[in-house]
Amino acid sequence: MSTPEERAVLVERPGLGPPEGDREAVRVARRERFRLLLRSKTFLAGVLVVGAWAVCAIFAPLVAPYDPLGGNLAEEIGNRLQAPSLSHPFGTDQLGRDVLSRVIAGARDILTVAPLAALLGTVLGTIIGLLAGYFRGAVDEVIMRPVDAFLAIPPVIMGLVVLTALGPSKWALVVVIGILFAPIIGRTVRAAVLAERELEYVEAARLRNERSPYIMFAEILPNVSAPILVEFTVRLGYAVFTAATLSFLGFGVQPPAPDWGLQIQENYITINAGFWWGTLFPALAIASLVVGVNMIADGLARVLER
Amino acid sequence: MIIFTAAQVLPGDVGRAILGPFADDRAVEQLNEELGTNRSVFVQYADWVGGVLRGDLGDSYAFRRPVGDLLWPALENSAKLALLAFIVVVPLAVVGGVAAALAQGRLPDRLISIGGLSATAIPEFVWAVLLIIVFALWLDVLPVSAQAPAGAGLLTEAKYLLLPALALVFVLFGYIARMARAGTIETLDADYTRTAYLKGLSRRTVIRRHVLRNSLLPTIAVVATQVGYLFGGLVVIELIFNYHGIGELLFRAVQQQDFPLIQSTVLLIGVVYLAATLVADLLYSLLNPRIRLARDE
Repeated sequence: MSTPEERAVLVERPGLGPPEGDREAVRVARRERFRLLLRSKTFLAGVLVVGAWAVCAIFAPLVAPYDPLGGNLAEEIGNRLQAPSLSHPFGTDQLGRDVLSRVIAGARDILTVAPLAALLGTVLGTIIGLLAGYFRGAVDEVIMRPVDAFLAIPPVIMGLVVLTALGPSKWALVVVIGILFAPIIGRTVRAAVLAERELEYVEAARLRNERSPYIMFAEILPNVSAPILVEFTVRLGYAVFTAATLSFLGFGVQPPAPDWGLQIQENYITINAGFWWGTLFPALAIASLVVGVNMIADGLARVLER
Repeated sequence: MIIFTAAQVLPGDVGRAILGPFADDRAVEQLNEELGTNRSVFVQYADWVGGVLRGDLGDSYAFRRPVGDLLWPALENSAKLALLAFIVVVPLAVVGGVAAALAQGRLPDRLISIGGLSATAIPEFVWAVLLIIVFALWLDVLPVSAQAPAGAGLLTEAKYLLLPALALVFVLFGYIARMARAGTIETLDADYTRTAYLKGLSRRTVIRRHVLRNSLLPTIAVVATQVGYLFGGLVVIELIFNYHGIGELLFRAVQQQDFPLIQSTVLLIGVVYLAATLVADLLYSLLNPRIRLARDE
């Protein structure tokens, strides 16, 4: 949840140059930005971490040494709560399931929920922001007033109430987080559009008698794509944050799925008895993924907004 | 308003939620009749709003007690926790942010910036379990629960609250430090800062008398907006540390579809958030005469 001040800082700088400018110059600029991106250690470290989790998510059945859901129940029960060892490097949980396998398989849940939710929020937010920023006046008021009210309520609390109504599931989680994030992204996009609409190329398009949707989506949108991309990566980090938190509270992915937040919820009751491994490893997994995504966002913001 | 509509569509049978899945159908029906939960949500809502206007928050369905009796002690507990977190985090983050700004672009800056960013991005419950594992389990220096035994002194209470407060500190640190850093960098570039240097003032004097006074203004606003966010974090933290605050109360209320309790808790959170924003605005104009003067004109 970045603050309004920070967002104002983010969008003050204009994005790419006007599209009717020299195409070759645009291409050179794009290559230059990409080169700067590859030189950023923060960005590369982030890509490495997130990439590793993506590999786990895609190839989970091949990478995981055991069945994350536990196969033979009788045999598993005999393996309950074993400390980390050579055969179970992260130990086993209270149902005898291998924690390492569950952590690897859990990447799949979070890496479907978070990106889809962030994407949904970005698409909705971009539409909100374009409409409010381009038309201003009454449209702006009608759109932005509810948005301001919406932002006053912490997303986790809002998600809690709404998910109780919808019933907890993976897809409800995607929709709820997406809708919760839309107004936040909408405000960023609106600010960028407000700066952009006063520029000459928009005026020129208006004088050419282009229709408003064309001006919004074909003329302005490409020029505010940089802040939108940055906002998307930032939101992706928060989507992981929110999805993990809601799953932890029992309002997201349901058992016996190996979701990380859910695993922590299932295992933290055993912490008091000294069984720390079932909680520690999923916690570290969440931490590393969020930090990775944020490093990517940080690198992108630095390069795109200089 | 939005939360009212959202809470209104909460489906489900309140009597069933309280008595559990194995209760007798007739008992469930009777309870619903008694609580008035068999009426339409609109009637219930109108009833509740009417009550609030008369200063009566209604009775909790699940706890069978006036909502006010549940709400105020919970708010007091949460306030203690939040206060401790702020006492720790504000000086720490301001010092960190200013230090990062003074070393802009060099190693300390990168460390504080990236560290703050990472600390902020990690969910509270992850910090909470990591802190529990390290301090309560491995080092065994702090208690796992946040609820101090009844009648404990202020110091003991603070000891019990330290771990949950730390989890909040980690998450808040990044935001506040980032604002302090941005504000300081901006003022370091300002004309009056150059003038002060050119007057021959020492670096220390310039920073203390000219830079800090101006740079910490936006930071104050951020601290206030974080109060609203804090409630989201409190739900999770209070659950993990088994602490009877406002967040835990809201979670239980949502679980049991306790309509008056959900409404009142969310209303209270909204009011606290508005109050914090108002206080921030007032502080802001108090500290910055320019805003005050502009208004008078």
